[in-house]
Amino acid sequence: MNPQLPIVNVLETLRLMSPEIFLFIWALVVITVDLFSSRKNDSLVGYTALVGIVIAGGLLAVTGEGVAFGAMFINDPLAIFFKIIFLGAAFMAVGSSFGITKQKVQNHRGEFYGLILFSTVGMMFLASSQELVSLYIGLELTTIPLFVLAAFYKDDKLSVESGIKYFVIGAFSSAMLLYGFSFLYGMSGTTKLLQMSVNIASIHLSYQSIGFTILIANVCILAGIGFKLALPPFHQWAPDVYEGAPTPIAAFLSVGSKAAGLVAFAKIFLIGLWGFIGVEMKPNDWGVLVGILSAVAMIIGNVVAIRQTDIKRMLAYSSIAQAGYIMIGMLALNEHGISSVAFYTFVYLFANMGAFAAVTVFEDKTGSTEIGNYKGLSQTSPFFAVVLSIFMLSLAGIPPLGGFMAKYKVFAAAIDQATMPGTFKWLYWLVGVGLLTSVFSLYYYVNVIKQMYFTKEASIYTMTFNKPVLIVLIICLVGVFVTGIYPEPILDFTDKIYTAFSFSVLK
Amino acid sequence: MVLSSLIFFPILGMIIVMLMPKDKDNLIRYTAVGISVIPMVISFWLTYDYFVNFSGTAAMAYVEGPFAWIPSLNVNYHLGVDGISVPMLFLTGLLSTISLIASFSIKIRVKEYFAFFLLLEAGMMGVFVALDFFLFYVFWEIMLVPMYFLIGVWGGPRKEYAAIKFFLYTLFGSIFMLVAILIMYFTSEPHTLNMLELIEHGGAMSYTLQMVCFIFFFIAFAIKVPVWPFHTWLPDAHVQAPTAVSVILAGVLLKMGTYAMLRINWPMFPDALQALSFWIAVLGVIGIIYGALVSLAQTDLKKLVAYSSVSHMGYCMLALAAYDSVTAITGVMFQMISHGLITGALFLMVGVLYDRAHTREIAVFGGLGSKLPVYTALMLMFSMAALGLPGMSGFVSEFMIFIGAFSSLNQYLVGISVLGVVLGAAYMLRMFQNVFLGEFNMAKWGGLTDINGRELLTVLPLAVLTLAVGIYPKPLADLMLATLDNLVQIMSR
Repeated sequence: MNPQLPIVNVLETLRLMSPEIFLFIWALVVITVDLFSSRKNDSLVGYTALVGIVIAGGLLAVTGEGVAFGAMFINDPLAIFFKIIFLGAAFMAVGSSFGITKQKVQNHRGEFYGLILFSTVGMMFLASSQELVSLYIGLELTTIPLFVLAAFYKDDKLSVESGIKYFVIGAFSSAMLLYGFSFLYGMSGTTKLLQMSVNIASIHLSYQSIGFTILIANVCILAGIGFKLALPPFHQWAPDVYEGAPTPIAAFLSVGSKAAGLVAFAKIFLIGLWGFIGVEMKPNDWGVLVGILSAVAMIIGNVVAIRQTDIKRMLAYSSIAQAGYIMIGMLALNEHGISSVAFYTFVYLFANMGAFAAVTVFEDKTGSTEIGNYKGLSQTSPFFAVVLSIFMLSLAGIPPLGGFMAKYKVFAAAIDQATMPGTFKWLYWLVGVGLLTSVFSLYYYVNVIKQMYFTKEASIYTMTFNKPVLIVLIICLVGVFVTGIYPEPILDFTDKIYTAFSFSVLK
Repeated sequence: MVLSSLIFFPILGMIIVMLMPKDKDNLIRYTAVGISVIPMVISFWLTYDYFVNFSGTAAMAYVEGPFAWIPSLNVNYHLGVDGISVPMLFLTGLLSTISLIASFSIKIRVKEYFAFFLLLEAGMMGVFVALDFFLFYVFWEIMLVPMYFLIGVWGGPRKEYAAIKFFLYTLFGSIFMLVAILIMYFTSEPHTLNMLELIEHGGAMSYTLQMVCFIFFFIAFAIKVPVWPFHTWLPDAHVQAPTAVSVILAGVLLKMGTYAMLRINWPMFPDALQALSFWIAVLGVIGIIYGALVSLAQTDLKKLVAYSSVSHMGYCMLALAAYDSVTAITGVMFQMISHGLITGALFLMVGVLYDRAHTREIAVFGGLGSKLPVYTALMLMFSMAALGLPGMSGFVSEFMIFIGAFSSLNQYLVGISVLGVVLGAAYMLRMFQNVFLGEFNMAKWGGLTDINGRELLTVLPLAVLTLAVGIYPKPLADLMLATLDNLVQIMSR
């Protein structure tokens, strides 16, 4: 990264930011279209939103890499890849919302879709920001529309509870995060992450007295981001919020918001605080700390999910566990590690959005989210059963599906680091926990399949799909298979991502 | 292309079956069997061709690749066979077709059944031809899904429990394998997943790392075999699974464990093998005696056959511990093949009886010999084969195992294991006596009919092969000799 500011003209800067700008304007357009569209013509607003997301994706493809606003806004492979994930999550969330906007939120379609797009804009800014203030703003722009969306069924007690809960906890975690940022700024005198990593390390080495302050900053930031990622012990909100929120929003939360948290984590810790992962700089060692959180996430998520009878709560706990797996890749701290994080998130996008889309289809039809009600579906709705089973198997990490490839990549990155001479032997234990808990996870994922397939009597329901949700399901299905059978093109891309990080300097 | 076709014809068949109309049961059945005949014929031809052209050398034959599959992870598509995989392919091809024919008695959800079965066949073929660790792991895991469905949907009363138990158990083993594979990969220089190259590398690893990897691989494979004390999934899965699935389970899936030990575990870690071989032999002997004793106490025919598998696979473990003896290792291969043939046939026979009587309780039968002469004759033959009567394949393998093990293992241990033969005779003869001899209950079983043509078609090939291997085992031994010679040298380096 060149610390010298390149002289670029304003137009060039705007060009680089065009996907975000476009999507922001388009969100307003979506809200406006709702004003003019008839209540009966219920798909127009949704399709407008989908088209906007696709155009934003196209703009992203043509803008390419670059630096703007004095390196505050960077489009590097990391940002581009995660923007693809965010847009994908938004596309699928919008695509699976058509059933809901026909029934429950008929009168507020524009706001519903508009807020999803606003939140996506926030995520995209976050992915590109390279300093603390814009990163924080991106994170807030991501979260605030989600508070509203979680409480969107305003007549439904659970949904309102979910919105309030998410709001209170979100506000609290943002405060923690900001408090942590203030320590970082105080120590380094800069909000730019690259500069910060140099400043903090040199101050630490020359004065040896800021260790405790760094520890406080680490803990505050970890708590703040931990809430976004639903890493235990900051995970309590997730099941309640997922259960109450509209299902596509729960899906968007579990993939989009989680991916945004991951980007924020990667930027702050792997760039700003990179020097402090190793044991040499104790007591500021955040590596082991995050490792413990990740282990606890995998254990709690996978064990508690076994007992769930509501599929949305089950998926909530599963997403807690999946965050734990992703963090292993983060801790591997080499180019494979961050590449595995990106790849895992990409696969998770398809598997989890697909699973939630299927859950939405079922909920639209029956109004139920009980796993027990999925009984016998394989006989009345074979396509639905096959598709949901494949998503479940992918989440469980069974080859040749994407979930397996993702887990393999994460574990490979960790073992790679652990076999190197150095102080990373504890990664073996982390991988051990990850693998053991993935056996537990099989039980509850396969439980859904068992319900659909193993009963003699056929279900009383037959699933029907509207066009957008069918498209979403098929995209997810293709995604899960492609990432599992021919992941090379995606891995090629994710292997470039490490250039964004400090350790690329060492290469 | 030969080896790939073994994998992809069943997958093609699965796709064809999935595209067929749901209610055309018979069409689906005949299509599935017809498609599975192709890999069977290929595997027969392969065995013959290997025998004629390659059996003199230990090198891999029909090698395909390595073709880059996922270059950034160094994963290649790399297939090849040698003397230990060719007989397994033969067995897989044969038993798959036979099981599919035996599956005609499946009446519900026929289409899904045959589709899953063909996917299972593809996975099994893949395991025996893969030379790349990643590929091997993928095939190893792919089989779990169809197996889970086959037990869970078409199984007996406790099918759900048995299916998930099988799935969880095997996956639990697989994760150990995955860690060991990753350690092997990252400690090898340059990083590789090629099994043949890793055999060289494994011998050079530090003693601790060898022990760790050996034990991890061993757990994964021992669960599949199953070695005592990892065997508890087997009786559940066997008893609940439909007949044809039991045949595949006993005939092919259990062999994957011992095959993988010979292919991966044993040659890669010579120091660890040397240090642990005594304990492996102990596990084997416990398996032999425990399996036999438990079989003796069974009241359910299928459970009896299932526990006898634990005992018979114990012989394999015992002989595998005698890794420096070519005779013992040849015995292992013979035992794998003969157990596949005999136990497969026994499960088929039990299935034939169950289809008619709807019970497998040994105590409720008696004197069936007078009513079902053909069936009884076949059952007699397979029981005798299972207890190791000379002239049958079981005798050849057990004889080789004892001779090989006696010369290179603790002789008291081998002495104890010979008791297993006596116990084997005891439970087989007890079963035969109670079911086929004695008073015939005309009122209850008067309506039973003898084995029909389709069922004979499934059992007779197995009978012929059991006899052929028992009477003239030399061709089979010659087929494997060069490979096993080389393998024993590598293992005892």
